[in-house]
Amino acid sequence: MPVLEVRNLRKEYRHTVGVADVSFEVSRGEIVGLLGPNGAGKTTTISMVLSVLEPSSGTILINGIDVSKERSRALETTNFAAVYAQLPGNLTVRQNLRVFGLMYGVRDVKKRIDELLKAYDLEKFANTRCGLLSSGEQTRVSLAKAMLNSPRLLLLDEPTASLDPSTARIIRERIHAFAHPVDGGSAQAGVLWTSHNMHEVEAVCDRVLFLSHGKILLQGDPRKLPAEHRKANLEELFITIAREPLSLELE
Amino acid sequence: MNLKRVYGVYLRQMYVIKNIPSRVVPYMLWAVLDIVLWGFITRYLNEVGGASFSFVPALLGAVLFWDFLQRVQQGLTIPFLEDVWSHNLLNIFASPLKIGEYILGFIATSIVTSAFGLAVMVILAYALFGLSIFSLGVALLPFILVLFLFGLTLGIVGAAIVMRLGPYAEWFIWPIPAVLGPFVGVFYPVSILPQWMQYVSTVLPPSGVFEAMRHIIAGGAFDASALSWSIALSLVYLALAFALFAFTYRVVVRKGLIARFSAEGE
Repeated sequence: MPVLEVRNLRKEYRHTVGVADVSFEVSRGEIVGLLGPNGAGKTTTISMVLSVLEPSSGTILINGIDVSKERSRALETTNFAAVYAQLPGNLTVRQNLRVFGLMYGVRDVKKRIDELLKAYDLEKFANTRCGLLSSGEQTRVSLAKAMLNSPRLLLLDEPTASLDPSTARIIRERIHAFAHPVDGGSAQAGVLWTSHNMHEVEAVCDRVLFLSHGKILLQGDPRKLPAEHRKANLEELFITIAREPLSLELE
Repeated sequence: MNLKRVYGVYLRQMYVIKNIPSRVVPYMLWAVLDIVLWGFITRYLNEVGGASFSFVPALLGAVLFWDFLQRVQQGLTIPFLEDVWSHNLLNIFASPLKIGEYILGFIATSIVTSAFGLAVMVILAYALFGLSIFSLGVALLPFILVLFLFGLTLGIVGAAIVMRLGPYAEWFIWPIPAVLGPFVGVFYPVSILPQWMQYVSTVLPPSGVFEAMRHIIAGGAFDASALSWSIALSLVYLALAFALFAFTYRVVVRKGLIARFSAEGE
């Protein structure tokens, strides 16, 4: 069973269509990149999966649970980090993780927080208010929060946008290891990842979905797609989709 | 209902108060100022009135109860606003937390903060002006209950207004008690109001509390049945306020306002 199944998902506003009948899946052990220019519908799609935005039509199943019917149960095995969703700045790192640990029903929350503080190199900031951290450090706290409940479905909206290249690489490796365990354990989690950094996408994602004007125009292996569409690399393909989506639709 | 998640909501506000001691001020400062100001006013009125009627229990007691209601309202609304101010609504509503658990966490917070405010007012009123609200006897319990329930109702309605209209709408919610004040007869019997205001008064639960308080102070016996209407009405309003919040949440999710308000913040 896929960790995420999206079927004919649509979001209409009064005069516009944000997402137009999109269908896709994310399987266990898979990192799927959701790519597209600004306004393509990436964040709208993620918001609907997180049930902070109601779809106009369509179905979202997380681990087989219909989000529209059992929102709370579906979200128990989900988590997210987004560049626009930092944790409250007036709470310390440890306090924030404790509060969200309780909200996500984490067992032995203190032990889990200690593990995450170590994993995300946050031990020295444990008692520092999040508002006093640099944007990169805050992003690491958001990622630690996203890992609190060891989610089956992890949604990441530009998670490395404010990180320096070195930290971004470490985070990428960590998330890659999260979806593809190297210790012999079977993969339990799937990741839906949005990014504008095509090198990152190529390095991390097993599959990508290109969104434009709310529709999926292309999908496939990010290392093979450019050649299939006679482009030099993923970035060139991205630019084509952003500027001339019709040329790809007509292929 | 998951009590761990309720505790998470409660704990978040307790952490804020612990980290930023100035957050205690709204729960206490205005109450203290009101007690001191009205304490001296009642003392002055007692002097010019020739002590034929003691204004202390009637006016100062009324101020204390009315302030308690406002502290309950704030105790519920401020934790919600903390989530708005800190751009946290997206994190909250994308978690497994249910709406009922969110509200219950705020109610738990409000119990603690309003009890603190009430304790400060009771001690101050007794120490400075010799007012003991305990002289009201068993009537004190239903008085506190009605005011607490109606304070929660106003708090939930206020949170729903901000959730629907956005962070800047917080300025609509603080004057609500001041608008209701003239109708509930905090300082005067409802019978002196024009008829149409008396009609409004009958559907506001605190009216019954202030009428009953004046009746007891004037030497009358406590009539529990007289307050049963206020208690029943308070419970109905609380249920309606919760329904309004849940409905507003659904509208906000349909319109995609949570992410927008998270971006707007304070």
